[in-house]
Amino acid sequence: MQSLLLAAGGSATFPVLSALVVLPVIGALFLLLLPNSRPENFKQITFLFSAVVGAMAIWVLTAFDTSPAHAAEMQLENSHTWIESLGISWHLGIDGISLWLVVLTGVIFPIAIVAIDAEHTPKAYYAWLLVLEAGCMGVFLALDLFAFFVFFEIVLIPMYFLIGQWGHGERAYAATKFFIYTMFGSALMLVGILSLAFLNEAETGVLTFNLIELAESQAIATTTARWIFLSFALAFAVKVPLFPVHTWLPDAHTNAPTAGSVILAAVMLKLGTYGFLRFGIYLFPEAAVWFAPALVTLGTIGIIYGAVAATMQRDLKRLVAYSSVAHLGFIVIGTFALNTEGIEGGILQMVNHGLSTGALFLLVGWIYDRRHTREISELGGLQKPAPYFAGVFMVVMLSSIGLPGLNGFVGEFLTLIGAFAAHRWWAVVAASGVIIAALYLLWAYQRVFHGPAEGDNATMKDLTLKEAFIMAPFLFGIVFMGVYPKPVIERMEPAVDALISHVEFHVDDFEEPTADIVVPVAADDHGDDAEDAEDDH
Amino acid sequence: MLAQVTSPPVQTPDVVWSALTPLMTLAVGAILLIMFRSIVKRMPAEFDAAITTAIGPATVLGMWIVGGLVGNDVPLADLRDDVSEPVFYIGLIAVLVLSAGFVRSMRIGFDAAFTVGVGLVSFVATVVLWQQHFRPADLSEADLLAGANPGGGPIAAFGTQYGLDGFALVFGGLIALAVVSSALLFDGYLRRERLEGAEMYVLLMLSAAGGLVMVGANDLIVLFLGLETLSIAVYVMAAMHSRRTEALEAGLKYFVLGAFSSAFLLYGMAMVYGATGSLNLLEIRAYLEATILIDDAMLLIGFGMLLVGLGFKVAAVPFHAWTPDVYQGAPTPVVAFMASAVKAAGFAALVRVFYLSFIGFAEDWQPVIYALAVATLLLGSLLAIVQRDAKRMLAYSSISHAGFILVGVQAATGRGVASVVFYAAAYTFLVIGSFGVLTVVSGEGDRATSLDDLNGLNRRNPALAFAFTIFLLGQAGVPLTTGFVAKFEVIGAAVDARSFWLAIIAMIAAVVSAFLYLRIVLSMYLGSADEEAEPISVNPAAAVAIVAALLLTIGFGVVPGPIDQLANDAILAFTG
Repeated sequence: MQSLLLAAGGSATFPVLSALVVLPVIGALFLLLLPNSRPENFKQITFLFSAVVGAMAIWVLTAFDTSPAHAAEMQLENSHTWIESLGISWHLGIDGISLWLVVLTGVIFPIAIVAIDAEHTPKAYYAWLLVLEAGCMGVFLALDLFAFFVFFEIVLIPMYFLIGQWGHGERAYAATKFFIYTMFGSALMLVGILSLAFLNEAETGVLTFNLIELAESQAIATTTARWIFLSFALAFAVKVPLFPVHTWLPDAHTNAPTAGSVILAAVMLKLGTYGFLRFGIYLFPEAAVWFAPALVTLGTIGIIYGAVAATMQRDLKRLVAYSSVAHLGFIVIGTFALNTEGIEGGILQMVNHGLSTGALFLLVGWIYDRRHTREISELGGLQKPAPYFAGVFMVVMLSSIGLPGLNGFVGEFLTLIGAFAAHRWWAVVAASGVIIAALYLLWAYQRVFHGPAEGDNATMKDLTLKEAFIMAPFLFGIVFMGVYPKPVIERMEPAVDALISHVEFHVDDFEEPTADIVVPVAADDHGDDAEDAEDDH
Repeated sequence: MLAQVTSPPVQTPDVVWSALTPLMTLAVGAILLIMFRSIVKRMPAEFDAAITTAIGPATVLGMWIVGGLVGNDVPLADLRDDVSEPVFYIGLIAVLVLSAGFVRSMRIGFDAAFTVGVGLVSFVATVVLWQQHFRPADLSEADLLAGANPGGGPIAAFGTQYGLDGFALVFGGLIALAVVSSALLFDGYLRRERLEGAEMYVLLMLSAAGGLVMVGANDLIVLFLGLETLSIAVYVMAAMHSRRTEALEAGLKYFVLGAFSSAFLLYGMAMVYGATGSLNLLEIRAYLEATILIDDAMLLIGFGMLLVGLGFKVAAVPFHAWTPDVYQGAPTPVVAFMASAVKAAGFAALVRVFYLSFIGFAEDWQPVIYALAVATLLLGSLLAIVQRDAKRMLAYSSISHAGFILVGVQAATGRGVASVVFYAAAYTFLVIGSFGVLTVVSGEGDRATSLDDLNGLNRRNPALAFAFTIFLLGQAGVPLTTGFVAKFEVIGAAVDARSFWLAIIAMIAAVVSAFLYLRIVLSMYLGSADEEAEPISVNPAAAVAIVAALLLTIGFGVVPGPIDQLANDAILAFTG
């Protein structure tokens, strides 16, 4: 069966990657053409389109060639000339790094669409969601810098409208802040992209925006490459968000509608970390090595700062938002550890954070729907009226804390090992972030779910069957990746190794930092990991 | 020196009439309309309707005939041969009937329909000329050896004074399209403001004819003639709404400052003439290439004065002061024309003079343009965000856009000029769309243009709000609109010329002005409209203009290849 699908994908008869990007757009246009008379159809049609996209993403997962000869390569590539005179093409491809993010995107969107109803003007709401999906898919698949920038920038528009029109509270402020922050970052990246292409043309005589060609040619002077890396790094740092350019995130998350928060956390924050991997390190290996200490420092500050700030929040959603800052810090320190464990852990953590924080935002959104407040002080004792809700919340929360046996642990553990090998003391500091995470999440859980339930809290509705079905894929992913991460790591490892040897090849005095301790990568036996982690704590 | 004073015997210039068609169409159209209207003041209603409807087929036939005259062949001959003659002619008749139905369903007035027709014919003439002379892709090596001249220099249309090259044709086509869309916007506006009359349309066509002279001028004096024709017509148009004091003020201000700048321009031309002994752009270039000037002070002063004069026209800081007041006071569709056609013509002239003639002195004028660009970008975008009036905001944003185009000019490379062409093309439709929406929204008296008046536009007319959003996002440079590709090309040209800091400043200015566009978008979607605020209806003619601009903005934003190719072909005359 697999070989059959592979043959279908490999022969490139059907450009499945282009379809992942284009189909949501077709869905959005289709929605716009529908009459307003039957608004209840909008949600079903949107779900249908996103579910088909999700199914295709999973099909890509099965079609992905894991044989040693091809596992590290770009697969299912799809390329058409876009602007001839500038050497720009519509060039999509997938490898072990982007594979899981594409699958995550494909799965999260239908869930976010089915889980929450639009509060008003459903047509525009669902159309924007579909456009957002297309943009996110595009970022993860693009292998042309122009195409990448287009997608990277276009995702701002739907999110801006989702926050601005369907958000709560200070939504206009939050939406504008989100837009301006991210646009400022990417504006300089545009200059960086163009500088890279034209300087490369001056050296090689070929004007191209093709990622792989640019990364392989490495024709630019070291100092220049550092400047250009900086312009990329700024764009990605805002998107991640790294301390100190993270301040848009709590506002955006808190005021966004629930679906917006879920997607923002689960998918959009990964655009920045993915960008660091695919475009930062790959295009500018020397500069990445040079800037790595600075970025790891910022990541570590982000971990501690995010955790401490989360501890002090009164608003449950804001608390989860700050916990995102901390989690993304782990991804960054893993990525810039520049070794196999760190980068793999970073990618795993991207997926993990998508699952656990996405689910947390969903649950918080449901609490808000029932209680019309997110103030922790006004909630309490929810465990009694809603035991199943509390149970699900606890599992998700523990995954976010990084409890061994759940997904969060594997990712955090690998990033910390990677960081420990490269920047020992930063890893020590970062590990304390894990403890603070346990503190603020457990504390919040205790205040919200334990104790006596008074007033409206006593009558809160428990998890409905529909909600249970929606949570099921999250719980499955959380447990599966916690217990048996091997299939996931297996598929990303060749691409990660290829990236690291690319860095080693192009940077003279760089060797992959390794720890003195023995590290069970792609751990078959999970029990060992758990013991190690307990020692670590 | 004596040799220069001796004047050669006056010769009758060689005139290539076909190359003059776009220009002549507009000029003759203007004259015909004013003559017709001075004889026939009012027509009986049925007769008016009938003759207006007839303009549809007449335009189609006109385009066909002019296309044939210019192209020296039956137009669409290929298509005719493909589908066989009877089918082709039946199809033609069907198109004629359809066009009549289209005009009728638009419920457009006679004058506007006539102007739209003239604009379309003029546009078709530029397209046919382009296909005839500047289609490098189709020219083989053998053709080139045989002396075909794919934009290798202007076609001498009127002696050495006026020529058409690819660059001029692209800008000419843009101006013709600006006439079409402005006329569509005028129709509803003039009726709403009870200003019906042919004058506005006549001035529109005259002004555009001046613009066409300007973009094709190969001689400083011809350039000046074109500029004055263009400007004087626009001064009057700005003041046309005679019951609004703001409009009168705008017209007067524009006139006084415009005349002032013309004086500078003329003085600059005199200086250049003094330094080089010629007014012809190509002769100036040849002279400067062949001669080493011992003292180039006079030439440099000439550059400066030309820059001041053209800087006024394109509203570059510090010569921008007239823009906000004039844009705010002038009738909104006139602003659409000013910001699109007049600005495009100004930049065409700027590039023509500085890039074609003075390229050898690029080191001297590049820093000046660099400084102008920085000031224009920053001041335009910063002052835009403190405004409370949408028209004023867009006025400042148009200043900022001028800064972007100057970034392309500053590069002084072929890529730079191509990016100027692209930016002008993209901006023309963005700005026509934006002011088109404002024309509809501003309501009777052209008053409701403050940010508060845009509050809740989404509820009053969602389609209009959506269109305005796209135009604003396009101006902000959001991908998948032409605005983004335009910025991409301009920044690319700057980076290619190693002006990294200018590129960075330009992008920062783009972010600052994004804030301004978001303010407008926010008030449309989040601001609460008054309870009694009525839904806004759009008259069909304006809707056609807005929808066309919208489709072009998104269409060429997604598939920018053709425009990019056009821009690159257009500059062959300059880069050889």
